Amino acid sequence: MNIAIASGKGGTGKTTVAVNLAAFLARGHYTVCLADCDVEEPNAHIFLAPVWREEVEATLPVPEIDEASCLGVECRKCVDACRFKALAWMGDVMRFPEMCHGCGVCSEVCPNGSIFNGVRVIGSVKNGISSINANSQLPLTSGQMRIGEAMAPPLIRKVMDSSDMQKSDIVLRDCPPGTSCPMITSVDGADFAVLVTEPTPFGLHDLTLAVECLEKLHVPFGVVINRYGIGDNRVAEWCDERGVDVLGTLPFSTEAAAACSRGELLIHAIPELEEAFGRLWKQVALRVHREVL
Amino acid sequence: MFELVVISGKGGTGKTTITASLASTGPKKVVADCDVDAADLHMLLAPQHTQKTDFYSGFIAEISPEQCINCGLCAQKCRFDAIAMKKTGAVVRREHCEGCGLCEIVCPADAVSMQERRCGEWYVSRTQVGTMVHAALGIGEENSGKLVTTVRKASSDVAREVGVETVLTDGPPGIGCPVIASLTNASMALLVTEPALPAMHDLQRVVELTKHFRVPAAVLINKADVNSVIAGQLKAWCAETGIPVVAEVNWHSDISKAQLAGKSLVDFNPTEWRTFFEDVWTRLSEVAKCYEFVA
Repeated sequence: MNIAIASGKGGTGKTTVAVNLAAFLARGHYTVCLADCDVEEPNAHIFLAPVWREEVEATLPVPEIDEASCLGVECRKCVDACRFKALAWMGDVMRFPEMCHGCGVCSEVCPNGSIFNGVRVIGSVKNGISSINANSQLPLTSGQMRIGEAMAPPLIRKVMDSSDMQKSDIVLRDCPPGTSCPMITSVDGADFAVLVTEPTPFGLHDLTLAVECLEKLHVPFGVVINRYGIGDNRVAEWCDERGVDVLGTLPFSTEAAAACSRGELLIHAIPELEEAFGRLWKQVALRVHREVL
Repeated sequence: MFELVVISGKGGTGKTTITASLASTGPKKVVADCDVDAADLHMLLAPQHTQKTDFYSGFIAEISPEQCINCGLCAQKCRFDAIAMKKTGAVVRREHCEGCGLCEIVCPADAVSMQERRCGEWYVSRTQVGTMVHAALGIGEENSGKLVTTVRKASSDVAREVGVETVLTDGPPGIGCPVIASLTNASMALLVTEPALPAMHDLQRVVELTKHFRVPAAVLINKADVNSVIAGQLKAWCAETGIPVVAEVNWHSDISKAQLAGKSLVDFNPTEWRTFFEDVWTRLSEVAKCYEFVA
């Protein structure tokens, strides 16, 4: 079961929901793991304090030119075919690896096999285990994008492909905010998405974009209204009118805000919230089973 | 031209809230909303469109069902998982297609063509605080930063036309392409953060990005009273790193009330907030002068 925790607006509480749900399930002895797909600004590890087992450098294949066999000015097929301005003709083929999307067009069109795979380092993928309590462990896979790297999706795909995922019954994905390529990559193939929003005008506006996005992607979803109590009722009313499932609400409290600021799990810091996450999980599981069946 | 770009690293720290109030105070300016993926600034500044332009960027593969022979080669070769094979033939998954054209090259049946891709639209608008340039990226479209670059270029063109020397830019969260596109050659970055470990972690990464692109930075601590211990750690880290903290904003009930009313804090409660944000501009210009002197 792959469950993506996404939003439109940043800062609504995706990571809060992801880490607390994951910890709750780990304590319930489900085989669950968490993938931190917010590779630009990963935060899950702050709440889970994992012991890291390994860190693997992540790279994107970018073209290298074998100048000895390159046909040069008589050919230039790779330069002409590249749609990302990653190759230019300057008397020989000049590469701009940071522009490269790793699409493979250049090596496909090269008539002489003169293009081979080099690499651009895009970041790293770390695997670790978090001890939720004495009896419960939670594997965490976290991607961290290199500062200066522009494209998140290739690293997000590597996080999602990480080996730990295959050993778990439930994979939770902490997704990046927004509705463009990083979010799209991280919800791809999910059985269900939990959209975390807040009951404010910005929360509502960005939620409508995220809902439209998931409908286009045909990913079933439900909404969690976090910080319930600030703002107003427009999010709940919109969900009702639109026929969007509200899976649950998490109440705003300064206590919860303070606990999150300290990087603490809410299910440990505020016992009443443990029940709230339990109820939330029931609603998610019900809908996933309904979709699967 | 002085361009101040408001970014944060972490989402939800209050960039748009702060930008709207900076828009309502300080020098004459053009305002740009570069958070094109989930733009919210227009909800506080009530822009009236004077110009709307379609934005085309890159390409998207189109497969003709009549010509497709269902060989599956395109799907096999595509590195972005952007082609699904159905009984009727190959189908492009639009949201994943990067427009590289590999499928068009390998297709043995000439069934693929690359079409220009309409990714969204951008606007030049009138507001009470000056001209605003903003955009809406289409749902599921690529956010490579080209639309951000278009918005920035348009805002500096407008500023030159109307004889205004300041551009104030609301930036996106994260550190990827759209943030890089917002930052390059900006005069200064204002980093809006909050006293929380996740925000501090993310701030450190975005500061590294500003250094990478040689953009001088200053910090504003929002929701400063949520955790005074971490606020202290934040300020200490800024001091060690040589980044000035220009202001601290405590949590205030006006913040959500103003958003509900569709106004900036300054417009919602000028008595409480106007002087505060004018002071932020004063501090920002002092910081800018220091950076010029150092540079």
